Amino acid sequence: MTDGHLLEVENLHATAGGGEVVRGVDLTVRSGEVHVIMGPNGSGKSTLAHALMGRPGTTVTEGSVRLDGVELVGLPAWRRARAGLFLALQQPIEVPGVLLDATMAEALAPLGAGPPDRGALSDRLRQEAAAIGFDERFLSRALNVDLSGGERKRNEVLQLGVLRPPFCVLDEIDSGLDVDAVRAVARRIESATGEWGLGVVAVTHFHRLLRELRADHVHVLVAGKVVASGGPELAEELEHTGYAAYASPT
Amino acid sequence: MPLPSEKEEVWRYTPIDALDLDAYAPAVLGPAAPAAGPLAEAFVAGLASDLPVRAAMVTTLDGAVRSVDRGRLDDRVVVGAVSAASEGALGQVLTGGDALVRLNDAFHPDAVVVDVPAGVVVEDPIVVVHWCGAAPETGAVAPASFPRTVVRLGRGASAGVVEVVAGMPEGRGLVVPVVELRAGEGARLSYVGLQVLGPSAWHIARMAAASDRDATLRTFTVGLGGAYDRSRTDAVAAGPGATTELRSAYLGTGEQVHDVRTLQDHAAPHTTSDLLCKGAVAGSSRSVYSGLIRVRRGAVRTEAFQTNNNLVLDPNAHADSVPNLDIEENDVRCSHASTVGPVDEDQRYYLESRGVPPERAEQLIVLGFFDDIVQRSPVPASVGRLQREVGIRLTEALHVGDGSHG
Repeated sequence: MTDGHLLEVENLHATAGGGEVVRGVDLTVRSGEVHVIMGPNGSGKSTLAHALMGRPGTTVTEGSVRLDGVELVGLPAWRRARAGLFLALQQPIEVPGVLLDATMAEALAPLGAGPPDRGALSDRLRQEAAAIGFDERFLSRALNVDLSGGERKRNEVLQLGVLRPPFCVLDEIDSGLDVDAVRAVARRIESATGEWGLGVVAVTHFHRLLRELRADHVHVLVAGKVVASGGPELAEELEHTGYAAYASPT
Repeated sequence: MPLPSEKEEVWRYTPIDALDLDAYAPAVLGPAAPAAGPLAEAFVAGLASDLPVRAAMVTTLDGAVRSVDRGRLDDRVVVGAVSAASEGALGQVLTGGDALVRLNDAFHPDAVVVDVPAGVVVEDPIVVVHWCGAAPETGAVAPASFPRTVVRLGRGASAGVVEVVAGMPEGRGLVVPVVELRAGEGARLSYVGLQVLGPSAWHIARMAAASDRDATLRTFTVGLGGAYDRSRTDAVAAGPGATTELRSAYLGTGEQVHDVRTLQDHAAPHTTSDLLCKGAVAGSSRSVYSGLIRVRRGAVRTEAFQTNNNLVLDPNAHADSVPNLDIEENDVRCSHASTVGPVDEDQRYYLESRGVPPERAEQLIVLGFFDDIVQRSPVPASVGRLQREVGIRLTEALHVGDGSHG
């Protein structure tokens, strides 16, 4: 278990597709913590996730994202990944002909070094698959090709388990999953917080993720800003009141 | 008969007007013919070791059969050269044909025939290798080769053929192959054609295929070599219930031109054809894909699909994609789709978000783009060799190997 990593998001503003959709987000995540960011559709959740990871087309206009003191803003996505950040995509991309196990070998290979030991990697892939009920037959298939929406989400969590980054951003990891799958995925993430001190930023607009995933902090994102922060009780409250109470008068 | 011209639709976008037949001379035959050089021998040996499990292997030098190794081929199967006397086998599938086909008619030294009688199943692939340009370019005259191949499967027969066109490693040359494939009733014919000529050769290939009632015909043509590489495939579903699967792949580097033309011709009811053509162009190379689905009157319940995907890897590279439909019947299901563009940004971002550097991500995506089609080769034994041939050229196309990462 590696403790003591720190992800600091400070006054983050980001635009995607022309309009500003993240308007000043502050967030501090320590190893082992689970932060859940909830918000209605269009509140800027996905833009926030991609601004953290550095998706081309998502531009940070102000603010900073530091991982253990290293500024991530301005770095390409792969450098952020190597610095210790992982993004589980809301809609994982199909990459025909590019195999899951081969991609993991690439991702784990430090620059200039060869890929890791095949046997060890293959063992780890199988362990992670078993942990979340991901069919082993998919391990040597092309990334996300011919997988259902739910299988793709499991695939993201599987990769998270294989790569073991200090921090992960989960973009709507619960959408498209049935109750059992949400439970399996949430349990894997939760155990990772203890196993290697994974720090989690989970973005969602469903409450059901919170029934399965123990959140340390809940933040409400409306119109690109965090309008309320609190403990798990905040999610309970939201379930009853909805987001209307937080609708910004801008 | 006049030579083809770029003014004709089937030759649009090609450099065919630059073809000067006077610059070429057909290979010398008979006792004066040159021997296969060490390059040819090494190539054939390499291919043999890449396809260790095979039913038979035929080698030609400029289309003249030099060796026939029947291996463990069923005695009933005819493999080898057919003399001019029994050339009734030719022209059964390919009728008509342009001036270049006529040249092949006139100048092919032998026809390599694979004749599988009714009911015979050949498990392992039959390999045919044409080494071209045994006498290399001298002065103003470059060699011309006219390989000819006929594959016929009788009722219920099954066989796979891997045909390779190679040679002309240096200097100009012209190769005009003509291939005829016929799958008889209920037969299963698989064919892989690989072209790996040298960078200055012109390769203008014509293939005609026909499948009879309930037959399954699968072809995969891979064009990698040559300055100008054209392959035209006309496949007719001649009998009810026939299934045709056409696959093509090309990779352009330098200033290559790859030119793929296909015809899915439905002449009988309840027939299916599925075409997938994938290509990538790098450097200043370009490609043309033009395909036609034709559904003739009476070919009801036809299902025909056509997909052409092109990756454009460099700013000076260019790909044209021209899909066409000509449908004379109502009760049919047909579709075509084509894409032309750079490596998909979302795919690259996805791999990058796992920590894969962009150059490596692009390499993986392009390799995967080809692997996706190569892995499904109709002759599985050919996959390893095809992957290697594509891989070597991709390394060149993607300028990899300088070890620099962002």
